[in-house]
Amino acid sequence: MIKKLESKIHVVERFKLFGLIGLIFALIGAVSLVLLPFGVNFFNLDIDFQGGTTMTINMHKYLEKADLDNIESLVENATGVKVSSVQRASSEGYEDGSLVVVKSDALSPELRDKAYSALKEVYGLVGGVESDTVAEGQSGVVSDLLSCDSVDPIMGNDLRNAAIISASIAILLMLVYIAFRFEIRSGIAAVVALLHDVLVVISSYVIFRIPLNMTFIAVVLTIFGYSINATIVIFDRVRENKRLVKRTSFADLVNKSVWQTATRSINTTITTLLSIAMIAIFGVTSVRNFAIPLIVGVIAGLYSSVFISGPVWVKLAKNSKKR
Amino acid sequence: MKKGILGFVAVLLVVALVSVIAISGLNLGFTKIPSASEGVRLGLDLQGGAMITFEAITEDGSAPSRADMEVAQTVLRKRLDYSGYNEGSVQINGDRRINVEIPTGDEQLDPQKTVAILGKTALLTFNFISKDAAGNVAVDAEGNLLPGEVALGGADVEEAAAEYGPVDSLGTNKHFVTLKLTEEGRAKFSEATKKAAQAPYGENVILICLDNVTISSPMVETQIDSDEAIITFGKTGEEAKEEAKNLANLINSGRLPFELQERENRTVGPTLGEKALETSMFAGFIGLILVMLFMIIVYRVPGIIASISLIFYTALMVVLMAVLGVNLSLPGIAGIVLSIGMAVDANVIIYERIKEELRVGKTLRAAIDSGFKRAFSAILDSNITTLIAAAVLFYFGMGTIVGFATTLGLGVLVSMFTVLVVSRFMLYRLVDMNIKSLKAYGVKGGKQE
Repeated sequence: MIKKLESKIHVVERFKLFGLIGLIFALIGAVSLVLLPFGVNFFNLDIDFQGGTTMTINMHKYLEKADLDNIESLVENATGVKVSSVQRASSEGYEDGSLVVVKSDALSPELRDKAYSALKEVYGLVGGVESDTVAEGQSGVVSDLLSCDSVDPIMGNDLRNAAIISASIAILLMLVYIAFRFEIRSGIAAVVALLHDVLVVISSYVIFRIPLNMTFIAVVLTIFGYSINATIVIFDRVRENKRLVKRTSFADLVNKSVWQTATRSINTTITTLLSIAMIAIFGVTSVRNFAIPLIVGVIAGLYSSVFISGPVWVKLAKNSKKR
Repeated sequence: MKKGILGFVAVLLVVALVSVIAISGLNLGFTKIPSASEGVRLGLDLQGGAMITFEAITEDGSAPSRADMEVAQTVLRKRLDYSGYNEGSVQINGDRRINVEIPTGDEQLDPQKTVAILGKTALLTFNFISKDAAGNVAVDAEGNLLPGEVALGGADVEEAAAEYGPVDSLGTNKHFVTLKLTEEGRAKFSEATKKAAQAPYGENVILICLDNVTISSPMVETQIDSDEAIITFGKTGEEAKEEAKNLANLINSGRLPFELQERENRTVGPTLGEKALETSMFAGFIGLILVMLFMIIVYRVPGIIASISLIFYTALMVVLMAVLGVNLSLPGIAGIVLSIGMAVDANVIIYERIKEELRVGKTLRAAIDSGFKRAFSAILDSNITTLIAAAVLFYFGMGTIVGFATTLGLGVLVSMFTVLVVSRFMLYRLVDMNIKSLKAYGVKGGKQE
C-alpha cells in the first residue's frame, strides 16, 4: 500500500495542499491561544487555571431535568454565587444517572457548607459539616459529597503561572537540544512540524471542549518529545541518502526518504495509539480527557513528519541557495 | 544453535524472575524488595483522600515568620492525629502555604468536615480536669482526661519554648518547655496551680487542650506564682525532645498572628478512586496485549522478542516503582501506558531497518548490526527530549503532574534498557540459532543464503 501511495503522492510537490490542511487545523488552536489574554475565551478552562469549585454529589435517584434546575437554584440561593453548570453523571456502583456535578465560581469552605446543607435538607443526604463538629472523631463518616475540587482564584493564578513557566523552560531546553543536534535549516523545519503538532493539540482542546487544566502541560510536552522523534527518524534517513544517492534533486531525495520510513512512522503510530486508545475507551473521565488530546497529537505527529517537516526543509534549502 | 537457545532460556528465566518479584516481592535477608501492592504508594486520586492547601492570612498582609508557620504545621498535624488520620502529611510550601495530604484508605472522608476541623482557628486552653456524676475523673474511651473548666486561655501565654538543660538542684539535664505568661496570665496561673496542687494525687493536674482535646496533662506539685513555669516530661532522649517541641508549638498556637484560609481543596472518595485505578489497569493490560499481537503479526520472530522485552519492561517498571516508593497517580498510569507505546517505537525503528537490510540481501548479523547502528541516534534523540520534558515537569510541576513526570521519565530509561540491551541480546541469539527463512522476520518470500 505504501508503494502505491508513493507512486501517487510526491510530498514535496504537493506541499501546498498538505501544508494548507495542516495550517487549518493548527490555526484554530493558534487563534484561540492568542485571543485568550485579550479576554476572548474559546477554551473550556478548568478550575485549575481560573479558580472555581466542582462538587460531585450522590443524589440517590435518577435526576430529571427538573431536579438539575432545582439543584442549581438551591445552590445559587444558598451561596449567592453563580453556578456555571449542573450536570448529571453516572458511575459504576451508584444508581444510574444519580450523580450530579455542580460547577461554580470558587466557594469558600463556609459557602460549600451552605450549598451542601441546602441540598442535604431537600434530598435527604448524609455527611457534610454539622454545627457541632469541633474535635469530633471522624472515622466511619460517610458522605454523599463524593468528591470536591475547589481552587481559589489566587491559587488558580499561581498554578497558571507555574504551568507557563515550566512549559516555557521545557520548550526552551528542548529547542536548545534541537539546535545542538540539527543543522540550522533542518532544525527550523523540525520546529515548524513541532509547532504544527502542538497547535493541533491545542485545537483539539477547543473543538472537543476538553477541560484545560494542569494535565494540558503534560500533554503538550509529551507531544513535543513525540513529534521530534517522528521528525528525527526521517531526517536521519535524508542525511544517509544524501551520502548514498548523488544524482537526484533534494526534493526527490526527501520524498524518497519520507516514503522509505513511512512504514515505520505508521507502525509506531499504531502501537502508540493502541495503548492510548485503550485508556480513552476504558478510562474514567479525567484520564479520558488526558488521552484524547494525546491521540490527536500522535496523529498530528505522524501527519507533520510525513507531509510537513521534509518539504519545509526543502523550501528552506532552496531559498538559501537562491541567495 | 545450542548457544542461541541457552541464551533465550536465560532471558526468559530472568523475565520470569523479575515478574515474580514484581508480584510477590523478595526477601533477601539483609534487604527486602517490596511487592507491587506493598511498595507502590497510590496517589490520593487513586485511593481516595484529600489534598488541601491552606494559606496563612496575616492582618497586614505581611509574610508570617517561619517559626509561626511551624507552629501552624504542628497544630495541623495534631488535628490530623486526633481525627484519626495518622497517615496524613503536613508540609510547609513556600512562605505562607501549607499543604495537607490525607489518604483515607478504607474509610470515607468527608471533605467538608475535614477542612472545617483543619482550618479553624486554634483554640488553646489550660483546663481543670472534669468529673462525672459519680465524682470520678472523667476520661474518654481511650483513657484520656476530659477537660473541664477553663483556667486560662492561649492569649494568657506570652510565649512557650522547647529547651534542654538542668531542671533540678541535682543538675539533671532534660528536655522541657518553658512557659512565659502575661501579667494577667500570671495571676490566673497562680490561682489555677494553687487549686490543682491541693487536689489529691492523680487529680493534681492541669490539662493543656487544643480544640478541647487534651494534648498534655502536666502534674502540678505546688502553687506557681511566677511569670515563668516549666513543664518536664516522663520520657527522655529524642522522644522527649520531639514532645517538648510539639507542645511548645501547640501552646504558641494560641497566639498565632494569622488565620488559615483554604486555597485549594481536592477530595476524592475512595470508591471513585478505586474505580479509576481498576479501569486504568485494565486499559493498560488490554493495550499491552494488543501491542504485542500487532508486533508479532507484523514482525514475526522479532515481534516475539519485542513482546518478551515488553513484558520484561512492565515487570521491571513495577519492581522499580515499588523499590523507589513512587507515588502512583492517575496521570502516572497514563505515563506508563504512554511509555509502553514509546518503548515499542524503538523496536519498530530497528526491525523496519532490519527488514530493509534483509531485503537487499544482507546477512542476518549484518542486518541486525546496521539496524541498531542506524536506529540508535533516533532512539536517543527522542528519549532525551522526552526526558527533558519529564525532568522539568518533575521539578516545576504540581500534584499529580509530578506523578506523570516520574513514571514517564522512569519509563523512558527502562525502555531504553530493555530495547538496547535485552532485545538486542535476544536478536543476536537468533543469529546463533540460524533461523534463515525471511518469513520469520516479516519479509515476504525467499530464504537467506
